Amino acid sequence: MSGVMVLVEHRQGAVRDVTFEVLAAGKGLAAELGGGCEAVLLGGDEAMAGAVAGHAERLVHAGHELLADFNYENYQRVMKALVEERKPDVVLLPHTAFGNDLGPSLAVALGCGLVSDAIGFSKTDDGLVVTRGMYASKLNADLLVPSLPAVVMVRQSQFKPAEPGTPGEVVQYDPSPLFEQPPATKFITLEELPSTGIDITKADIIIGVGRGLKEEANLAPVQELADSLGAVLAGSRPVIDAGWLEKERQVGSSGKTVKPKLYIALGISGAFQHVAGMKGADTIIAVNKDPHAPIFAAAHYGIVEDMHKLVPVLKAQLSETAS
Amino acid sequence: MKIAVCVKRVPDISEADVQVDGSGRDVVKDRFQFTINEADNYALEEALLLKESEDAEVVLVTVGPQEASEVLRMGLAKGAARGVRIDDTGLEKADGLNLAAALAAYFRKEEFDLVLTGCIAQDVEDSQVGPAVAELLGWPHAAYVIALESGDSALKVKRELEGGLLEVKELPRPCVLSVQTGGNTPRYASILGIKRAGSKPMDELDAAALELNVEEAGEAGSKTRLLKLYVPEVTGAAEMIEGDANEKATKAVQILKDRGLA
Repeated sequence: MSGVMVLVEHRQGAVRDVTFEVLAAGKGLAAELGGGCEAVLLGGDEAMAGAVAGHAERLVHAGHELLADFNYENYQRVMKALVEERKPDVVLLPHTAFGNDLGPSLAVALGCGLVSDAIGFSKTDDGLVVTRGMYASKLNADLLVPSLPAVVMVRQSQFKPAEPGTPGEVVQYDPSPLFEQPPATKFITLEELPSTGIDITKADIIIGVGRGLKEEANLAPVQELADSLGAVLAGSRPVIDAGWLEKERQVGSSGKTVKPKLYIALGISGAFQHVAGMKGADTIIAVNKDPHAPIFAAAHYGIVEDMHKLVPVLKAQLSETAS
Repeated sequence: MKIAVCVKRVPDISEADVQVDGSGRDVVKDRFQFTINEADNYALEEALLLKESEDAEVVLVTVGPQEASEVLRMGLAKGAARGVRIDDTGLEKADGLNLAAALAAYFRKEEFDLVLTGCIAQDVEDSQVGPAVAELLGWPHAAYVIALESGDSALKVKRELEGGLLEVKELPRPCVLSVQTGGNTPRYASILGIKRAGSKPMDELDAAALELNVEEAGEAGSKTRLLKLYVPEVTGAAEMIEGDANEKATKAVQILKDRGLA
């Protein structure tokens, strides 16, 4: 085949939403390249196959117990065999913990090029050009892939899933000959993070703080502002990593997705991982001292100001309003 | 146990205005502070914790120009035993997989039980090197590792998945782990550590010493090539609220009132 092969990401018995985004990207790319878009489901059941079938011209389904839970080694063996047999131009994976565990080693095993975090594609005379983010989403980069096939990992929350169409053909694939040797790594279990009972997804107003907070002591005035608005505090990854806020307050692709009535982003630069978790808020107000911070592309209202200067002023004015 | 930690010298861009230079393929560097890549710092901390719980030698490895030695010194000051810099002459602008190939060439010369990398470099954000190095060496790997426990011959790791889930898995040594931020608290170097770092060995290697042909190992041999960097076009950008801090606050409060939120 020519065209695009999209690997379905599933977990705990369900196809993950990101799969439909990547399938939408795959369809667009296939049209650009002049080929079809084929989905590959490793493990999974008929229900998953049914969920995906309307989003691709063909679905290759390799149902096998060794593929039930994600293990990059088993997945890689099957993907390598399928790519060598079916010869797609591009293999698309989501740029997730799943895709990232598999993409680089699959590209090496196939001896082909690899692009991370793709947000756009175009075909040129020199080859495929993939657009991606770099430098904390402050810059875009156009990368040329002179020769295909290539493995491309697609950014989450970037492509809009399409409505399902007529279900495509489903082809069964027997991967068992590939599993004569057991994999070196062993999946043990999935574990939930310990819960402290905080649920930021229920809040109407969220104040998110980022690296611009600078130190934990600076949380106190932000908490006062939150109290005056009846808001809950949340944070971007650096704030959580530093231990200043609980992990359950992390907003972003590796934390929570929130859709409050109001999200106030303080000192958050707006890397896509964070934006993916809060762009669904009804109103977003962003405060950052860097006028070029990518957060201003996601916000409805932007304020270029040092958050430490603005927060007490905002708090004072809200208190006046209340009294 | 012998542990290698791959570290990269990167610009601290968190609050900086990032501009593209005249070549269109790099950023203006003179405005940045440079530091050790954040995720690599967490990887180093995991290695130092292992060193404290069992007998282990921690070796820092970087690919870069002369200045990249700075980050080796930082890591030596925290407790790594020695540093190795692979000079990047001829390898500048090599893509992620070729960078992994240069590192793998080194790991074929000197054997390790465990290789740790950060899961992402904060400049180019490839997230490719760790798992690619593993595949080139024929070793198993795990990406986005947030916790690890060392056993007799195997390692038990937790990988961070999206949405607050962890994947627990076991892998034999030797292996490569790419470490996610937040799983530990990276230490600061002590005064004594900084003093000692100066006398710790730092080796330098180049492409030739690793038997790498720069035609293949550098940009020309890369399977992807950076055409250009640019500031993304902003669509549907925010309405900017102007004025002094007081005026900005007043306008913001009005927006909240209009929506019944204040």
